[in-house]
Amino acid sequence: MVKNVIKMVDIDKRFPGVHALKDCSFELNKGEVHALIGENGAGKSTLMKILTGVYDKNGGAIYYKGKEVEINSPKAAQELGISIIHQELNLMPDLTVAENIYIGREPMRFKGIFCDSLLQNKMAKELLDNMNVKIEPTVKVEQLTVAQQQMIEIAKALSFNSEVLIMDEPTAALTESEIDELFRIIQELKAKGVGIVYISHRMEELKKICDRVTVMRDGEYVGMKNMNEVTIDEIIKMMVGREIYEGVHDLERHQNHEVVLEVKHLTSGKKVKDVSFQLRKGEILGFAGLMGAGRTEVARCLFGADPKDSGEIYINGQKVHIRSPKDAVANGIGYLSEDRKRYGLVLGLDVNTNIAMATMPKFSNRLGFLKEDQEKVNATKYIDTLSIKTPSGKQLVQNLSGGNQQKVVIGKWLTRNCDILIFDEPTRGIDVGAKSEIYKLLNELADQGMSIIMISSELPEVLRMSHRIMVMCEGKITGELSRNIATQERIMTCATDRTA
Amino acid sequence: MEHIIADISTTKKKNLFKSGAAQKLLALGALVLLILFFTLASPVFMTSSNLISILLATAVNGVLAVGVTFVIITGGIDLSIGTGMTFASVMTGVAITFLGLPIFVGVFVGILTGAFIGFINGINVAKLKIPAFIATLGMMMITKGLSLVISGAKPIYFMDTPEFANISKATVLGIPSGVIIFFLAAVLAHIILNKTIIGRFNFAIGSNLQATRLSGINTERWLIIIHSLTGAFVGLAGVLMAARLNSAQPALGQGYELDAIAAVVIGGTSLSGGKGTISGTVIGAFIMSVLLNGLRIMSVPQEWQTVLTGVIVIVAVFVDIYRRNKQSI
Ligand SMILES: Nc1ncnc2c1ncn2[C@@H]1O[C@H](COP(=O)(O)OP(=O)(O)OP(=O)(O)O)[C@@H](O)[C@H]1O
Ligand SMILES: [Mg+2]
Repeated sequence: MVKNVIKMVDIDKRFPGVHALKDCSFELNKGEVHALIGENGAGKSTLMKILTGVYDKNGGAIYYKGKEVEINSPKAAQELGISIIHQELNLMPDLTVAENIYIGREPMRFKGIFCDSLLQNKMAKELLDNMNVKIEPTVKVEQLTVAQQQMIEIAKALSFNSEVLIMDEPTAALTESEIDELFRIIQELKAKGVGIVYISHRMEELKKICDRVTVMRDGEYVGMKNMNEVTIDEIIKMMVGREIYEGVHDLERHQNHEVVLEVKHLTSGKKVKDVSFQLRKGEILGFAGLMGAGRTEVARCLFGADPKDSGEIYINGQKVHIRSPKDAVANGIGYLSEDRKRYGLVLGLDVNTNIAMATMPKFSNRLGFLKEDQEKVNATKYIDTLSIKTPSGKQLVQNLSGGNQQKVVIGKWLTRNCDILIFDEPTRGIDVGAKSEIYKLLNELADQGMSIIMISSELPEVLRMSHRIMVMCEGKITGELSRNIATQERIMTCATDRTA
Repeated sequence: MEHIIADISTTKKKNLFKSGAAQKLLALGALVLLILFFTLASPVFMTSSNLISILLATAVNGVLAVGVTFVIITGGIDLSIGTGMTFASVMTGVAITFLGLPIFVGVFVGILTGAFIGFINGINVAKLKIPAFIATLGMMMITKGLSLVISGAKPIYFMDTPEFANISKATVLGIPSGVIIFFLAAVLAHIILNKTIIGRFNFAIGSNLQATRLSGINTERWLIIIHSLTGAFVGLAGVLMAARLNSAQPALGQGYELDAIAAVVIGGTSLSGGKGTISGTVIGAFIMSVLLNGLRIMSVPQEWQTVLTGVIVIVAVFVDIYRRNKQSI
């Protein structure tokens, strides 16, 4: 009797210029939650894509319930009973929620000729109700936020009722309450005997739900441990093999610095209601709140990506009119979107070009010819300082791992050299090592006099990094906490304060 | 968990405005305005004989446009529909006049020819990954050449089978059968697009090809099916064309693809895929033919008719894009 449902042995995978997996092994038991962790680019997603037939492997073997299997298409994996929530959202924006969930498995009428949309909507509704997600099955996916879309991905994966479920960073785009919901679902599945592979960079989650953990580094298998026999620090050591930075810096210094940005009574649509705040030179101002609280909308409005209905914006005491992102950039504001794939990167271009993208005039001469060597010098600098894992600056961004793509966006805005940078979920999908490097970088930037707005759904991150914290709820600012009085509880109280 | 709803109610309102419905209403409004304008401008316009001729003129282009809507919703394009249509009518002529086969067999040959051209396009685009523009541009030249080769560069007349013309000319309650076939084809296409699995995958592929593939769907196979489907409609258009002219004209056809694509776009189908309706396409086709007919009646010179059609296409697409852009940047 074999205990494990999945056994992957000596898996090898090469991409042009990258040896992504070197004799990597992995196993999963029935009814266990098995964490798969490693730094950005370690090969976690690649390993799981091989298991689900997205990529072919170059060597090694996969056993399913003891029998060797060839999984050469996503369909083959589904038929075996393996389903996956990919790290990157994979939804059809023009289709409805229900259509997305049941794509390829539509309930049919009249001998399989017509789709039964009514039944399908009903099935989707039940599924979503079970997950406590209140989204209408008939809404088009393009109208949902990233977090809502993530919940749809989860629903879709659940709807297969598979025996093996792979979750590639399912919580990266979620906030606390959805995560709790997800964990409840995971416990239920586990009780039913489903084997779950759980990939995440949020270390605190591992202890909560995982039974075992497999660690990878640079495409290699490092080791496997039982969760109750190992500490988080030991795991981190296994995955990075070095000490990591703990951001501590002096607190009070910024109170007397001049105000660089002042926002007065900003209102835009239904998501931003009468928002006012100040940002000082060299300050990191955290924005906390639940999903849908309107933080991203404030940022987009400030950046000129969405129109504002009323309100005033002052930069260095001067009133400014920001009507488009171009105006914002001209006024020294940079914005790192939470949705890097859609707004942050040109996936089909290489790393060098993407990093230069917001600063093109600097990298071209008067006749419009590009100075590619300077582009390269600049990009190389950030590839080093941010430790972007890529074979060269010529690699296309779409071939980088998720976390490394995020670093490319950061490099792009650092190149631009703005006075005010808005980071929307800057460490989403970034590994602990790189995260601490980004924290260090943010602190350094602030010390150099840059002012930073940091929107984050990870409370520990907000608490650790911000000098001051603004809390939003339903489009309004419901609290302002200075660093020395802020606690998770206080933030959550403000974040759920619907009376304000 | 209330916050997850995140104001779906507000988005819903937007939804209605944003949906294809709005573009269709705009297009329909434009069509009504055009009709009103020409009615006032010329007494001839609203006569029943003129209306019938508008309907007839719409039929062929309409069937083509309806057919190519499928491929366009996948995010692709088919430039071979104009000459493919001609090729289908030539093959119908070959079957009926040269080989003496029964008329219904000839009709069948025409539709199958179109479907086969679409099938080859599908293989080229989906399997061989040739960009649709290039693959179908090549097919346009191939079918154009083949039509001339097979017919000996001369029209094939349906002399021995005068009944063949009835496919287009026979009337039911005063409406020519060609027009009725066009409407039936549009209804069929609407059902396929909105109620069947083909339509579902059609939108899915156009919306996000990669995600559709990762959902375990054989996207290559479905792309081939969708191209063949477009081809079948092209074949039908070929039959209608032949019936209307009572001959297969091998030199005709080029340029028809652009009129059809223009009709699709005016009707609100997005060239980047994922969005579109058959009813929009039908309205688009009528806008094109009403415009041409009206201008002709008002004796606007041929050259200026073409210029104006071009302007209309650009304006229609601009209005659509402007409307969409106002929603989200
Ligand atoms: N399609 C591809 N073409 C070329 N290289 C690729 C491709 N996909 C992944 N890689 C490379 O393979 C390596 C492993 O990537 P993978 O996405 O598996 O990392 P990961 O462990 O999931 O990282 P993250 O935590 O950032 O998601 C990376 O160096 C990446 O650049
Ligand atoms: Mg990954």
